[in-house]
Amino acid sequence: MAKEIKLLGTWASPFSHRIELALKLKGLQFQYLEEDLSNKSQLLLQSNPVHKKIPVLIHNGNPISESLLIMEYIDETWQHQNPLLPKDPYGRAAARFWAKFIDEKVLWTAFKAYNDKGKEQEDAIEEFSQQLKFLEEELKGKEYFGGERFGFVDIASFFILQFLRVLQEVKEAELMTEEKYPVLFEWMEKLQGNEVVAGCLPPREKHVAYVRARRAAAEEAASKTKAA
Amino acid sequence: MANELILLDTWVSPFGMRVRIALREKGIKFEYKEEDLTNKSDLLLKMNPIHKKIPVLIHNGKPVRESGIIVQYVDEVWHDKAPLLPSEPYPRAQARFWADFVDKKIYDTGRKIWTTKGDEQKSATEEFIGYLKTLEAELGDKPYFGGEKLGYVDVTMIPFYSWFHAYEVSGNFSIESNCPKLMAWAKRCMQHESVSKTLPDPKKVYEFILQLKKRLGIE
Repeated sequence: MAKEIKLLGTWASPFSHRIELALKLKGLQFQYLEEDLSNKSQLLLQSNPVHKKIPVLIHNGNPISESLLIMEYIDETWQHQNPLLPKDPYGRAAARFWAKFIDEKVLWTAFKAYNDKGKEQEDAIEEFSQQLKFLEEELKGKEYFGGERFGFVDIASFFILQFLRVLQEVKEAELMTEEKYPVLFEWMEKLQGNEVVAGCLPPREKHVAYVRARRAAAEEAASKTKAA
Repeated sequence: MANELILLDTWVSPFGMRVRIALREKGIKFEYKEEDLTNKSDLLLKMNPIHKKIPVLIHNGKPVRESGIIVQYVDEVWHDKAPLLPSEPYPRAQARFWADFVDKKIYDTGRKIWTTKGDEQKSATEEFIGYLKTLEAELGDKPYFGGEKLGYVDVTMIPFYSWFHAYEVSGNFSIESNCPKLMAWAKRCMQHESVSKTLPDPKKVYEFILQLKKRLGIE
């Protein structure tokens, strides 16, 4: 049975964490395969030849890529428990909208806000703050983005925001604080307190050390390029 | 129940075209409102405060945003008319994957073709052709990405056909000679009224980008 579902992922990737959680919420047995992105496996290259990225879900030999699409596939294939998306089309459209917002806007703006310098960084910090305000507004008055129970948007955003908190610690920048975003922070604590969710997070210290090392390497490479 | 549909859109937007094609394929009546993106309407700003972008589909007063999400919404609400997404989860995931590929690659690379020059433009053109060839490979021998009928990926990609002429003239290359299969697919799609009624005259699209370049201060 475990051979039926394989997840190709990496321990540090929030996109990978999403899928782990989705599979666990559905009570599914799966085989997890840790990828070394500096030395991608044949299986990964064959399963996702277009993007060559993780996560990839392989179900009965059929590969699915792109984490949000994988989550939708899981939700549609295993409908017996813990629905991730609502049933009504408007609710589904709204959930897809917010998940897309996280992936296409918030994450990239946050990277610039934490990593860039000068005017570009200032602009990004302003934009990131506005995006977090939108998220805060959307969550206000609700237990979760999904309503009474956590769902698609919660899973999509939780691991990304947790990752950004790790980046925040590495960069020693206070862009996301409990004072500024109390609703978001309360929601994050609630999810961290959930055993299944917390089980998908890597140990904090290990994650911080990893991101710190990656940032140092990236900055060194960038300064070498400038010097050259 | 009265179904009031308003589409905030612009004639030249490939994203807006997707929604119009989907609605027309399903024979759904809607009110089209042309937006002036240099002077956005209060309605647009109210309905899409986060991105302030078109298309927005307003269904009985409630906004649906992002073209791919709107098309899926339309497909789910009017699921009994000309379904665009396959009914089984795996083919659905595949269709969404390829639509996502089009979204991630085609518009931005195409934009580089008409906004840059020299080496940068040449590189963008090569990249663009590469993506078209990847799509051709995915199409294979099927008449449509959706198989025997127009599907989600077809609706997602076909609007760019009206932009091909603009890309070709700007980048000085031929899509037909590089990707004949894709051009054949495009012409097949154009035989559908939903598509031919929606796609603008490619020459008008080219005129549009020339004017846009002037406005953006690009030579």
